Amino acid sequence: MSVLIFAEHKNGKVVKASLGALAFGKEVAAKLGTGYNLVVAGSGIGDVAESLKAYGAEKVYVADAPELGNIVAEAYTEVVAAAAKESGATMVVGVANSTGKAVMPRVAARLDAGMASDIIGWDADAMTFDRPIYAGNVISTLKIDTDVKVVTVRGTAFEPAEAGAAGGETAALSVDLGAALAKTKFVAMHASNSARPELTEASVVISGGRGLKDIGGFEQYIYPLADLLNAAVGTTRAVVDAGILPNDLQVGQTGQIVAPDLYFAVGISGAIQHLAGMKDSKVIVAINKDDEAPIFNVADYGLVADATKVMPELVEKVSAAKSN
Amino acid sequence: MKILTTVKRVPDPDLKIKVNGDGSGIVEDGLNFIVNYFDEIAVEEAVRCKEAGKADEVVAVTIGPDDSLMQLRTALAIGADRGIHVKTDATLDSDTVARILQKVYELENPNVLFMGKQATDDDANQAAQITAELLGLPMAVFASKITMNGDSVTVMREVDGGMDEIEVTLPALISADLRLNEPRYPSLPNIMKAKRKPVDTKTPEDLGVAIAPKVSMVKLTEPPTRAAGVRVADVDELVSKLVNEAKAL
Repeated sequence: MSVLIFAEHKNGKVVKASLGALAFGKEVAAKLGTGYNLVVAGSGIGDVAESLKAYGAEKVYVADAPELGNIVAEAYTEVVAAAAKESGATMVVGVANSTGKAVMPRVAARLDAGMASDIIGWDADAMTFDRPIYAGNVISTLKIDTDVKVVTVRGTAFEPAEAGAAGGETAALSVDLGAALAKTKFVAMHASNSARPELTEASVVISGGRGLKDIGGFEQYIYPLADLLNAAVGTTRAVVDAGILPNDLQVGQTGQIVAPDLYFAVGISGAIQHLAGMKDSKVIVAINKDDEAPIFNVADYGLVADATKVMPELVEKVSAAKSN
Repeated sequence: MKILTTVKRVPDPDLKIKVNGDGSGIVEDGLNFIVNYFDEIAVEEAVRCKEAGKADEVVAVTIGPDDSLMQLRTALAIGADRGIHVKTDATLDSDTVARILQKVYELENPNVLFMGKQATDDDANQAAQITAELLGLPMAVFASKITMNGDSVTVMREVDGGMDEIEVTLPALISADLRLNEPRYPSLPNIMKAKRKPVDTKTPEDLGVAIAPKVSMVKLTEPPTRAAGVRVADVDELVSKLVNEAKAL
């Protein structure tokens, strides 16, 4: 009996959402009175693996191979399943991001385990898990009835685990990826290049909707405030569908789920599907010229105004406030 | 080339969902049921493949109670050639759905299985991946663009940080994301025609699948509603509140 957490990394660092998964995994291990292990995959990831030793795990299983340099779900499934078997895991934890969503259900099937997706909380005594359904309008509390359980954690739901003194050890995991990669080939990553923080990592998010009209609207009215606050930029499905901004900036039920300290919704009406992606933000500011827009029902501070008229003034006054 | 595609009956996601008195389910009165939007995209893509001469037959499958037949007919109206209705009133988890799809797949032996990436009722996003694993199929989930190349498919996928592009060898499973296509509105003649298309009805027992969920629902609750805040008069008041009250700047 033990807990295994699949840790993801980017640019040589463990991603924040994985530290949330790690925090959850530690809670489960404490409740079960058992230890926990980590598994990490990639190519040339010695430093990341080394840094993971500071999180109190008994072992950090490391699958370091050139074929793992790009994320292919079939190959990552082999890695996580192998680590689960080797460590005797009864709880396998990942993150509900695009990698975890692809990989973890396959891992669950491989281990003949039941799975709870995208959990936002749990009851340690009852061993039940809470997850949003119907675009966050309902919370489902569920039980996993198999001995081995698989869970993905909503990245924003648990406070990130903090590094302590280095301890534990790394264990090289040797996995045969031949069969997994025989029929699925990575071709290319078309990354959205942005110097801004990622949506799921940022403490401030500035989102713009159709009220901004086109990319010029974003450049003129959204980016200056984002630059000033070192914020991530987000948007709505309508803007992505219109080809104005790339898909990975979509906040909502099927896009990114964010819960920053401060969220600005600018020119966003607040469809249910968008609210599902941001309503757990700590402070929400809505700026919309339609007084009836549903976004005002979740906003802490609502300003009924045309974004194109007030955003320059907002940038100026936030800048002044910050320099005081 | 044969394509198998899936259809799930779900409540219209634009209507407000309410939990019933004892938390055992949702209030179904007044709900309108539709085809899960991601499945509609999957069916549309399958039909487009056929229209482009890349597939000969499109078979749509649904799993659920009698009324699911309506959503299956919608798939036939979009252009699927025939339907399979796996009839059950049981509450299914993603694993059981995948086990049923596994058997349907084995009977039909298609070249491609198109599914929606998730259902907008339980938002689990598991069934496609589990089905692929059970069948040992390569998969391309969250597909935003596909190109059929004969014995393989190149797929652009929506992932965190942008798009990735992979190539899967057929047979393969593809799950549809939002922007794969815009599903058509079926024409009235096609809706009429769909009523005459063949639908084969089976039960999970016929397929040799026991209903043995690995996950069970304990209760449903409504999330705490966020209290609406205040309206500010202008930018000065907004900045002042953010600085002094929320301490967010």
